Amino acid sequence: MSEIEFLNWVRGDGLNLAISVFLLGVIWRLIEIFSLGRKPDLSASRQAAGASGLHTVFRRSLPPPGMVKRSPVSYIGGYIFHIGLAVVVFLFAPHIKLIESLVGLSWPALPSQIIDLVAVITLVAMVVVLVDRFTKPVKRYLSTFEDYFTWTVTFLPVLTGYLAVKHLLLPYTTMLALHILTVEILLVVLPFTKLFHAFTVFGSRWFNGHVNAHKGVPV
Amino acid sequence: MSASLDRGVQVLKEMIDTPIAIYFDSCVHCGLCAEACLFYTETGDPKYTPIHKLEPLRRIYEQEYTLLGRLAKMVGLSKPVTDNELEEWKELVYNSCTLCARCSLVCPVGNDIVYMVRKLREGMAVSGHAPEGLIGAVTRTIEIGSPMGVRLPAVQAQMKHVQEEIGIEIPMDMVGAEYMVMLSSMEIMNFPEYLGAIAKIMKQAGKTWTLCSTAFEATNAGIQIGVSDLAKVIVNRIVEGAERLKVKTVISPECGHAYTALRWDGANLIGRPFTFKVLHILEVLEDFRTQGLLKTEGFETTKMTFHDPCQLVRRGGVFDPPRNLMNMVVKDFVEMDDAGKYNWCCGGGGGVSANEEAEELRLEAFKIKKRQVEKTGAKTIVTACANCRIVMEEGLEHYQMDVPIVGLTEMIAEHLVDKS
Repeated sequence: MSEIEFLNWVRGDGLNLAISVFLLGVIWRLIEIFSLGRKPDLSASRQAAGASGLHTVFRRSLPPPGMVKRSPVSYIGGYIFHIGLAVVVFLFAPHIKLIESLVGLSWPALPSQIIDLVAVITLVAMVVVLVDRFTKPVKRYLSTFEDYFTWTVTFLPVLTGYLAVKHLLLPYTTMLALHILTVEILLVVLPFTKLFHAFTVFGSRWFNGHVNAHKGVPV
Repeated sequence: MSASLDRGVQVLKEMIDTPIAIYFDSCVHCGLCAEACLFYTETGDPKYTPIHKLEPLRRIYEQEYTLLGRLAKMVGLSKPVTDNELEEWKELVYNSCTLCARCSLVCPVGNDIVYMVRKLREGMAVSGHAPEGLIGAVTRTIEIGSPMGVRLPAVQAQMKHVQEEIGIEIPMDMVGAEYMVMLSSMEIMNFPEYLGAIAKIMKQAGKTWTLCSTAFEATNAGIQIGVSDLAKVIVNRIVEGAERLKVKTVISPECGHAYTALRWDGANLIGRPFTFKVLHILEVLEDFRTQGLLKTEGFETTKMTFHDPCQLVRRGGVFDPPRNLMNMVVKDFVEMDDAGKYNWCCGGGGGVSANEEAEELRLEAFKIKKRQVEKTGAKTIVTACANCRIVMEEGLEHYQMDVPIVGLTEMIAEHLVDKS
């Protein structure tokens, strides 16, 4: 397979396959979760300001008092790489073109110099949170193969994307094909690993907020 | 697989609902729950990380309800939950968790971790991996009527004693009274002042109230050990008593988990809504205060702080009443750091104080409360949970701190305007 054939495959059949597995996987996983159901709460409810599922969906994006001090890398590193990922994925002009070709929606992009900078910051933040995972006793204790595997499949698309744009290490065509391939791996893996929190985080926050709102506690 | 393990795993499978599934799927192993848990912060041992305490439940979810987990189980690639593992987890699920729910409040993906610990205890108890102390407490509650083995004659003796001391009659089994007052064993045995305080407060407010001879004990060890069938038997006594006496409101005593058991879990345990209201005594006092039925005079002059019982505040939603009541009778009221919903547990809730195996760890975990209290410079701690009170008294004694602890209801009663 030549470089061009490889690129064509990842852009064509590869992409279709990855998106299909991703979409079916997400739907399957959501059915697994929501088909379990839950019992209604028969106790009399109490009302309180700021207590609801929706409040908690937003409130949990902010650190509770004193927590940043206890685990600064988790919060600061976490914010930087999550926001960084969102910026490079959704505000880089070629990505917006791709999304437009797939679903017809488009929006303004950020200048590529800014995307370059954000990509580098994101990569650095991800390395820092990885080092924190090795060195912080609680994180090291909790970590399994999956934690390192999901870190890798998230890191590689950003790295290969940056290298492709900068024409570094490998010929552009090869690096671009590798970039698309790593994104496809990420899509395939996402529904079946902890990366699925990208979807479930809204549900888990909502349930916690909803169940405690019944007791009049804004969590 | 032993028969009891089989039953335990079956119970855990039944416990798993949509919230539990979504919580496990959201966990990213960030470890922030550890930073909220007093058993981790005070020992530094990562095994006390709250989400780790749920590992057996997580694997059952994965192996029974997820596609990849089921495939792995079919080809023998997954690790089944064993009796040895559950026995090892006993320390994590019972000794080092007070169900305080501070972890559930900080988890960035929003996992209600304590909701899951409570469910895991159901499977632990059925499979024979609950601590002896809690088995004893729940057995005594079912067979005798109270976790401390208190029977009706002991209550009647306390009634008589209090009646003689304060000169107010303590009603028992009065049909049609507005309030039915529940007690905790701890109050019957160690803090009888509570009953006298209620009598004085009700007299001043001009309200009818009664004790119930078939349901005087409010605590529910069935909730703590995690056996819903037994918890239901205990709650049912109260429901039957309240309905027989046709009371409007049942008052949960100064006991955190008794409140949770009756106020939030009770209707779900018996499978129907209650026909009466359930209020914590502090909510009743707050109602009296706002209606002008609670009149006090004089102020405490020493510096005092208030310890928030987890089940009353973080898990119960009773935030303001204790503050308003404190301000009625305390001049120098100082809050601890993290007061309110972020408050740190006394270390003995959720059945930990009834569990002898947990004693050493509990005293270690108490260091956070000790630091909080020292920082306020308060000379007296006020609280509204007899279990917090006894746990903190033991902790303070262990660390040789001379800080008395009083119940808020009693303190209010001491300041009532004397009309006679």
